Amino acid sequence: MIEAPSTLPTAGARLPRGQSLRRGLADNPLLLAGGLLSALIVVIALLAPLLAPFPGDAGSATHPFLVLRPPSAQHWFGTDNVGRDVYSRVLYGARISPLIAVIVLAISCAVGIPLGVTAGYFGGWLDEAIMRVTDIFLAFPPLLLALALAAVLPASITTVIIVIALTWWPWYTRLIRGQAASVAGRPYIDSCRALGVSRWRIIFRHILPNSITPLIVQVSLDVGGVILTVSALSFLGLGAQDPTPDWGLMVAEGQDYFLTSWWVVTFPGIAILVTAFAFTLLGDGLRDLMDPKRIFLR
Amino acid sequence: MRLAITNLEVSFGDRRVVDLAELAVGEAEIVGLAGESGSGKSMTTLAVLGLAHTVGARVSGSVRLDGAELTGLSQRELREVRGRRIAAIFQSPALTFSPVYRVGSIVHRALRLHGMTRAEAAAAAERAMRQVLLPPGLLDRYPSQLSGGQLQRVAIALALALHAEVLLADEPTSALDVTVQAEVLELLRELRDRERMSVLFISHDLAVVAELCDRVAIMQHGSIVEHGPTSQVITAPASPYAAELLASVPRLAAGAGQ
Amino acid sequence: MIVYVARRVALAVLVVAGVIVLTFVIAHLVPGDPAATWAGPHASAAQIAAARRYLGLDRPAGVQLLSYFGGILSGNWGVSIHTHQPVLSDLAGAAPASLELVTAALIIALVVAVPLGLVSARWPGRASDQAIRAGSILGVSMPIFWLALILQLVFAQRLRLLPVTGEFSPSLLFTHPLTRVTGFGLIDAPLTGNWPMFGSILSHLLLPAIVVAAYPAGLLTRMIRAQVLDTVGDAHIQMVRAMGFGEGAVFGRFAMKLAWNPVAAAVALVFAYSLVNTFLVEAIFDWPGLGAYTTASITSLDTPAILGVTLFIALVYVVANLAVDIFQAAIDPRIRLK
Repeated sequence: MIEAPSTLPTAGARLPRGQSLRRGLADNPLLLAGGLLSALIVVIALLAPLLAPFPGDAGSATHPFLVLRPPSAQHWFGTDNVGRDVYSRVLYGARISPLIAVIVLAISCAVGIPLGVTAGYFGGWLDEAIMRVTDIFLAFPPLLLALALAAVLPASITTVIIVIALTWWPWYTRLIRGQAASVAGRPYIDSCRALGVSRWRIIFRHILPNSITPLIVQVSLDVGGVILTVSALSFLGLGAQDPTPDWGLMVAEGQDYFLTSWWVVTFPGIAILVTAFAFTLLGDGLRDLMDPKRIFLR
Repeated sequence: MRLAITNLEVSFGDRRVVDLAELAVGEAEIVGLAGESGSGKSMTTLAVLGLAHTVGARVSGSVRLDGAELTGLSQRELREVRGRRIAAIFQSPALTFSPVYRVGSIVHRALRLHGMTRAEAAAAAERAMRQVLLPPGLLDRYPSQLSGGQLQRVAIALALALHAEVLLADEPTSALDVTVQAEVLELLRELRDRERMSVLFISHDLAVVAELCDRVAIMQHGSIVEHGPTSQVITAPASPYAAELLASVPRLAAGAGQ
Repeated sequence: MIVYVARRVALAVLVVAGVIVLTFVIAHLVPGDPAATWAGPHASAAQIAAARRYLGLDRPAGVQLLSYFGGILSGNWGVSIHTHQPVLSDLAGAAPASLELVTAALIIALVVAVPLGLVSARWPGRASDQAIRAGSILGVSMPIFWLALILQLVFAQRLRLLPVTGEFSPSLLFTHPLTRVTGFGLIDAPLTGNWPMFGSILSHLLLPAIVVAAYPAGLLTRMIRAQVLDTVGDAHIQMVRAMGFGEGAVFGRFAMKLAWNPVAAAVALVFAYSLVNTFLVEAIFDWPGLGAYTTASITSLDTPAILGVTLFIALVYVVANLAVDIFQAAIDPRIRLK
C-alpha cells in the first residue's frame, strides 16, 4: 500500500533552497540518515563487483565443500546451501531490487503523469472515465494483482516489473490528477486562458511543474514499497530465478535450512529491510521538509 | 485590583511582541484593550492564562489574581485557575468549539473537570444557559447547528456556571454581525453588574470598546500608549497614536462617546 | 444523505463490475490449459476435450464473460480445478481464518499506534518522537515473510514461548474438538463453551498476528501523529486548554477525536492490504486461511480459484472503501454537500 497522498503537502509546496535547506536538514536527523543510507546503498550497488570478495558466487558458481558454513572471517555472512558466499550475493542483490524499483516507478510515472494531467486539466467526462478505470485497478492491493498476473506469466524479473508497474500506475494517476485539478482551478490559470495562452503551454509551463513536487516525495516513499513487493514475489518463486542473487529469492532458498543455518535467511532479509527503510526514511524526511506548516511546528 | 498585570513581556526568540508596563481590571469592571491587529493583544490573553508556551513564546513579568502570583505556578496549578477563576472566550466562536462534540458535552466535561458531580454539572449548565437567554436544549446540538452569537453565549454560560472571577474576551464580537453583537455586549454588561465579574475586553473595534468599557487601554506594538477612563481617552487622547486611531473611527471622531 | 449513499453504492457497483471484467481478462492470459489440469496428467485427448466442454472453455470469450458475470451474481463462482469443489465454498471455508488473523493484527496495531502516535505528536522533534518515527518507518519497511521466519525461530523454536505452527494444539482435536458454527474459531469456541480450544487458538494466533501487525502499526502511528499535529494548532484546542483541560486530555481526547475519522478510513483500507499480506505468512505458520488456498491455486494454474480469491479481496476492498465513505459522510455533513 502506498502512503495516502492526502497526507502530502498541497500543490505549491516547494523544496526549500540554500539557507532554509541547510536548516531543514539540521532539524531533521531522520532525513539526513535516510539520505546517507540511500546514497550508501546506491554506492554499494554500483561498486558491488569491487566490494564482493567472491563475485563469481553472485552467479552460477557452486562450492560443494563450503556448503552451509556459518559466518567466519572468510565468509562474513556465511555460505548458502550450494556453498556460495552470502555476503557477495547480498552485495550484488543491491543491484537488482532497487533497479527494478526504479524501472517500475519510471513506468508508473510515464503512464500516470500524462493520464493524471489529462484528467485533472480537462476534467469532465474524460476525467470521469480515466478515474473509473483507475479506481478499478486501485481496488486490487498491489500484491494481489501482482500475484494473479504473475501466476499466468512466466516467472522472471521482466514479469515482476510488468506486473508491479501495472498495479502501481493508478496511484500516480490519482495523485497527479488531484494536483493538476487543483492547480488548474487557480485564478491565474484562468487569466492565462483569457490571454489566449495555448493549452499545451499552460500544461507544460504551469500545471506540470506545480504538480510534480509531491510526486518526488511519493516516488521516494514508494521505492521501499516496490522493493518489498518485489521481494515478496521472488519469495513466492514468481520473480527472479536462481542463480540471480535476488534478496527475496535468497530468503526463500534459505527457508528450508533456517533452523540450523540462520544466516542464509537473516542477512538477505536485513538487506531488504535496510533498503526499504532507507528510502522510506528519505521520502518521509522530504515530505516533512516540504510541508508548509513545518515552520510552526518547532 | 482583581487582575493585575505588571511588566509583562512576551517574546518569540529575540522578537518581543508584548511589553506591558501595567494593566489592571477591578471587580465589576470592564476594561478595554484596544489596538490594531498584530499589536499583541491576543498574546496577552495567552500569557495571562499561562498558555503562551503552546505557541512557542516566552513570558516574563507578573500576573496577579486577587493578589496571588500566577506566573510562577506549575501547569497543574494553572489548570485549576483556567476556566474556573479566569475564563476566556475567543474570536470566531464557530471555530472554538470542536466540531465533533456536542456543545453540551464539552460544557459538561469542563464543569466536571472543575469538581462538579454529574447532577451538579447538569443543573449548573441549565441554569447558566437560561441566564444567557438560551434554551438549554441547544446544548445537545453540534457547533455547526448553532449561530455564532449562540455559540459565544454558550461560552459565556460556561464562565457563569463556573462562577469565574475574570473573563478574558478576545475579539468576541468581531466575527458577529451588528445586531447579534449588541446582544453579546449586553450580556457582558450583565456579567459585570450582576455577577461582579472583571472583564478584559480585547478588540480592534474602537467604537465597540468606547460603547462598552469603563476604562480603556490602547496598545501599539505591544506596549500600552494610553490608558484611563473611557470618556477621558475618547474625548481627550493624550498620545498622538491614540488620537490618530480615534480620528479614523467615524462615529467617535464626530464627538464624545455615547 | 440518501442521494449520497446511492451515488457511492452505484459507483462501487461499477467498480466491482470492472474488477470482474479485469479478473476475467487476466484469467484468459493463462498460457497453460486449465482443461488439461482438470482432466489430470494421464488424461487422453478425448477426456481433455470433454473437460473443456464441461468447463465451458470452448465457447467464445464474450459468452464466457457474460456467463461468468451471471454466475458471480447468482453465487456460482466456478469450480476450483485443484479441489474440484465450488470456489465459493472453498472461500467460505478458508476465508474466516484469514479474516481472524487480519482483525487480530489490526487490533494489535491500533493498541500500539494510538499511544505512540499521541506521544509522538505531543512532543514533536524530541528524541522520543524521532525514535517513534524511526520505529514506525521500520514497521512499514519490514519484509513480512522474513519477520515471520525470524520471530518463529526466536520465540517459538529457540525460546519456546509460543507455538510454532497451526491454528491450535493438535491434541485438542481429540480432547476438545471444536464444533464450527460460524467458521471463525475465536467465535465458535466461546460460543460452544470450549475454553481450552479458545486459549489454544489465541496463543497460536499471537505470533502471526504480531507479524501482520507490523505494517499497519507503523502506518497508523505515522498517520495519527500527522493528524493530531494538524489539529493541535486549531482554535478549539486552545479553547479547551483555556477551560482548564490538561495536555493529556487535550491530545488524548480532543485532538484524537478528530483524528479518528481519517484513521478509521485508513484502517479499512489497510484491512484489504493486510489480507493479502497474510498470504505470505500463513504458509510459514501453517495457519489454515486463504494463503494456502491461493498458493495452491497459483501453482496448479487453477484459474477459477485464482479469480475467486482475487474477486473476493477486491470486493472486501471496495466494500471497506464504501463503508468508510458512508461512515465519514454520516459524521461530517460537509462531505455530503461537496
